[in-house]
Amino acid sequence: MTTTLLRIATAGSVDDGKSTLVGRLLHDAKAILADSLDDIARTSAERGFGGADGTLDLALVTDGLRAEREQGITIDVAYRYFSTDKRSFILADCPGHVQYTRNTVTGASTADAAIVLVDARNGVLEQTRRHLGVLALLRVPRLVVAVNKMDLINWDEQAFAAIESEVLSLATELGIQATTVIPVSALQGDNVVEPSLTATWYTGPTLLGLLEELEPKLGGGTARLDVQYVIRPQGALAPGLDPEVYRDYRGYAGTLVDGTLNVGDRVQVLSNGQPVASRVKAISTPAGSAQSAQAGEAIVLELETDLDIARGDTIVAGELPTAQREFQANICVLDPVKLTNGQRLLIKHGTKVSAAKLSTIEHVINVADYSQQPADSLELNDLGRITLRSQAGLAIEEYASSRTGGSFLLIDPTTGRTLAAGIIEEKHEAA
Amino acid sequence: MTITANAPTGTQRSVLDALEAESIHIIREVLAEFEKPGLLFSGGKDSVVVLHLLAKAVAPLRVPIPVVHIDTGHNFAEVLNFRDSVVQKYGLNLVVGSVQEYIDRGELTELPDGTRNRLQTRVLLDTIENNGFDVVFGGARRDEDKARAKERILSLRDEFGVWDPRNQRPEIWSLYNGRHEPDWHVRAFPISNWTERDIWAYIQRENIELPSIYFAHCRQVFERDGMWRALTPVSQPNEDEPVVIKQVRYRTVGDASCTGAVLSEADNVAKVLDELAIATVTERGATRADDRISAAGMEDRKTEGYF
Repeated sequence: MTTTLLRIATAGSVDDGKSTLVGRLLHDAKAILADSLDDIARTSAERGFGGADGTLDLALVTDGLRAEREQGITIDVAYRYFSTDKRSFILADCPGHVQYTRNTVTGASTADAAIVLVDARNGVLEQTRRHLGVLALLRVPRLVVAVNKMDLINWDEQAFAAIESEVLSLATELGIQATTVIPVSALQGDNVVEPSLTATWYTGPTLLGLLEELEPKLGGGTARLDVQYVIRPQGALAPGLDPEVYRDYRGYAGTLVDGTLNVGDRVQVLSNGQPVASRVKAISTPAGSAQSAQAGEAIVLELETDLDIARGDTIVAGELPTAQREFQANICVLDPVKLTNGQRLLIKHGTKVSAAKLSTIEHVINVADYSQQPADSLELNDLGRITLRSQAGLAIEEYASSRTGGSFLLIDPTTGRTLAAGIIEEKHEAA
Repeated sequence: MTITANAPTGTQRSVLDALEAESIHIIREVLAEFEKPGLLFSGGKDSVVVLHLLAKAVAPLRVPIPVVHIDTGHNFAEVLNFRDSVVQKYGLNLVVGSVQEYIDRGELTELPDGTRNRLQTRVLLDTIENNGFDVVFGGARRDEDKARAKERILSLRDEFGVWDPRNQRPEIWSLYNGRHEPDWHVRAFPISNWTERDIWAYIQRENIELPSIYFAHCRQVFERDGMWRALTPVSQPNEDEPVVIKQVRYRTVGDASCTGAVLSEADNVAKVLDELAIATVTERGATRADDRISAAGMEDRKTEGYF
């Protein structure tokens, strides 16, 4: 399935002009309709933005909540939608200041590409390192760094080259491979949608031009489906269907998260911690029955053999990951709590929820210089490495090869709150 | 660089495939993890699409949850008839929360302007509580409104039904966590990431039936606040608002007392898509008087427990 839907996340603060950049992108891509534009013009005028010449404060485009408009701050991730003649975009606009890690993780976890803003006057700051660190941890496939406010440094080519080189070496240090750096002025619109008429020395793509051409990372790897639920139509068939036809029907509904799967393929099922082999008998997609399915499709599988399969079990083509009950992972704390050794938790991995226990906090990661330090607890916005024990065996994968197999949530068993997001870096290093 | 509002058909198809798969994944997670789900169903295009996706998510099963209609008593007859035919077609259970009954019992008081949009909130919250729903699906989309643009796909409501936009649960990867405290509930919005155009393109692709008022028809209307309002028992013109016959259609289906029509010649889905390609006003801006109260009209109602 070649999708031309591109999911993008932005990271940066109001000071970098991020809201203005997003506003500029949407405005110049003609994604803001007249009535919304009227609202923005009215508020801009009320606040005396840009004097009396009718200049729009494009940052207002992304302010959604009353408190945000009143206080001029951005509180939470906002989602925006726009299309060009080449593709459709979903943009997760992540605020930079308040709870930046939590917001960036939320916005970037599903992104095909991330845009990080750097103020041309300041270059790479500690905050830039933080944002890049989180994006590297989440392995966002493509990184675009927009060096903004170039107009304020008179489009100084040397200054841009210096920032570009620093960004690229930082990205390399972090293991981010696909990075592009673009000089822009969000305020004046240069190189956002339209090429700059001032900076004739820049011959690269505009921001939107680049986003239109980026190839989203397709789900390669081994076909994997975490069973969401089992469909057995005992007297509850949709109207008009013949009960005789579905008498022995047993389907496993779930999303194929990686790879491709064909009717007739041999599969392994991790059911209740035990591996069992079978073969694909039939595949149903939303469009009807099919001979094969690709990563990203929501399907129902029927297997050749009758097995005891339930929600939370995993079906893969090829080698089945060994069920693990103890493993190390990097986590990002997303809730105002204090996680300590021995803490009881729930883990949600794929479609399985299990009791879990935080055995050991290995270290906390300083996101400013990426150094590791010993720690007794992990708190909101901390990135750290832990050893985790799970009551149920989990079919974990390395995050680098499977976003779904390598990620999990930690949940408070009492309140149900999501406490942390976890990423499995290496599979077999738990003691 | 040319920007067009209308993506080519080939592109649109695969975008729709991705959105459809995401929505079905969300629906299956909610059906599996919650005890008692319901579907908020107004007969409007968005809730019709959610029902269509629900049916696909569980096929070949019957849709296993009831549909819930909060009836303001000011609905268009075409929409109520459509609702009943859909209930019949899918073999559903219908739960109705009636604003009129609350007013008749004296539990709600009619507002001075006669609109009932805001009165729905109480009825909605009671209906959820009285039926023991721990989650209700809704057809809200993030492109509709700036407060909705910030709302999670699984959105928590506390014991008072209140949405706290400043304290939302992070939503990461496709790992949805709907756990909540006992007297809270969750609103699930599986089509959060769809745009108005995606909805219409999907309706076209899947040949989904809609209430007739979505398509151009001749109707007695009068102009108020730049909107064409239908002449109905609950929507009457003032002396300076002459009644005329116009060819109109509705972009949203809401309470007849506060939903406006747009002038249109689009009498089928393809023509509606053509109109959207050149539209210059958002759907709620064009047709919903209830959203014109203030810049935070939707946010304020949402924090009270509204849809």
